Amino acid sequence: MKKKEEIMAYIFLLPAGVIILVFHIFPTFYSWYMSLFNWDIILNVKKFIGLKNYFYLFSDAEFWKSLFNTFYFAIGTIPTSIVISLIIAICLNSKIRGLSFYRTIYFLPVITSMNAVAMVWLYIYHPDVGILNYLLSIFNISPQKWLLDPVWAMPAVILMSIWKNLGYNIIIFLVGLQSIPKEYYEAAEIDGASGIKIFRYITLPLIMPVVFFIALVSLINSFHTFTQVYMLTKDGGPLKSTSVIVYYLYENAFVFQKMGYACAISVVVFIIIFSLTLIQHKLWGEKIHYGV
Amino acid sequence: MKKFLIYFILTVGAILMMGPFLWMVISSFKSQSEVLMMPPKWIPSTLNFKNYSEAWTSAPFARYFLNSIFVTIANTILSVITSALAGYAFAIFRFKGKDLLFLLFLGTMMIPMEVTLIPNYFILKNLGWLDTFFALIVPWSASVFGIFLMRQFFKSLPKELFESASIDGCTHWQILWKIVFPISKPVFISVGLFSMIGSWNAFLWPLIMTSSEAMRTIPVGLSTFTSEFGTRFHLMMAAATFTTVPIIIVYLFAQKYFVEGIATGGMK
Repeated sequence: MKKKEEIMAYIFLLPAGVIILVFHIFPTFYSWYMSLFNWDIILNVKKFIGLKNYFYLFSDAEFWKSLFNTFYFAIGTIPTSIVISLIIAICLNSKIRGLSFYRTIYFLPVITSMNAVAMVWLYIYHPDVGILNYLLSIFNISPQKWLLDPVWAMPAVILMSIWKNLGYNIIIFLVGLQSIPKEYYEAAEIDGASGIKIFRYITLPLIMPVVFFIALVSLINSFHTFTQVYMLTKDGGPLKSTSVIVYYLYENAFVFQKMGYACAISVVVFIIIFSLTLIQHKLWGEKIHYGV
Repeated sequence: MKKFLIYFILTVGAILMMGPFLWMVISSFKSQSEVLMMPPKWIPSTLNFKNYSEAWTSAPFARYFLNSIFVTIANTILSVITSALAGYAFAIFRFKGKDLLFLLFLGTMMIPMEVTLIPNYFILKNLGWLDTFFALIVPWSASVFGIFLMRQFFKSLPKELFESASIDGCTHWQILWKIVFPISKPVFISVGLFSMIGSWNAFLWPLIMTSSEAMRTIPVGLSTFTSEFGTRFHLMMAAATFTTVPIIIVYLFAQKYFVEGIATGGMK
């Protein structure tokens, strides 16, 4: 009986287990192994070089630039997005009419495909015929070249990304706000506390764990960022100003075909994301986020 | 006064969120010269429906849609099945190495897809699967997150349910599909929905694993369309509209599940 149960268990685990082993676990280790090779498809070489790829990475200005750009993206998106989404979530949580209507609209960009909306933003950001420059001209702000300008390309990608993911943060904040016991607010109102005081002494401390959660999840997602960069700024933007780390990985592997070097980059991505996810699991235990 | 401020913030925010979508739909009906006008024309002089037919035929969008629909359905069904089976095994069965194996599965959630990209390219190449549906479907037919959700849900079901069914002579297959499945619809929908969204929107994977036009999914098709028609904005907006609107309609009907799914998936 016991034996039969064990066999059944392994049969049930088999389909998922095989896929996870073959396409997720094995490739991870294989990537580490490949990072030790000078493997260039175009030059048709595959030679063991030990840790040399990592030494090259250390002195590769473009690699550091891509790492810097990734942090720039993270710092540009995360605090702004958290502040805006918290304000919207608090508004939505204040017993208003049409809650589901507003929620639907704020969530809309989240469910649409990044590729399709990026096409719209390409039009919006167009230096000559884009609506953004027109709207700014009403306020006497001089037109910019946005995605074609090394200074403005990244802020443009950041703005679009905030718009795209705002709804996700709003939903998470709403769940957090709704879990704050009503008695706290009632007690505060009886004591005659003002709205700002209620926010400062009740809402903010109790929502802080959610803020940290969103910050960490967004930081992890920054290291996955690729699609909007690829769609909005082909070739990593003017002067590589939007080349984030996953883009640099993609470029080395599938444009320059330097597979060994690209694997070394992927190991760096792995180490960063793995550590961040470990922190997330340490802090929130089994409450696990599904990355996109 | 306070209420007024709240509605003001929410409405301004909603307009900003909707803005790009409205602009997309409006511009999709403009003529080629109207989309290039400055100051912009707010309302097109005539509704140019032919933008849609022109965009639809300037790239094989029918094929892209079929590919995306097929891959998404296959991925969703397969990953729900494999997740239910594995989740059931971890929740109900007792077997050697269970905790260790579960930990190993959970550990793979920390593996970013990007690190497996290059080895997987060569694995699929050696299997002869590059540029086939196998490359798009098989590797994503299991989801650790799905297994985790299923296990949590099955564990919360009363033990007596399984025991009495066992005594009645039901096999585990029968218990899973005839007893557990009907009362576990929410978790099946959650797992299915996550797989569906992930599969429908996947970009980097199909971009690399497919090369022929006939194998492109919608996101990849839109990206090549953008490089070819980048400045013909009336066609760009038409393509963006007809790929986005079906999703918006599905969302409006199933939004309860979307929002709940995100909420439970993000933070329990």
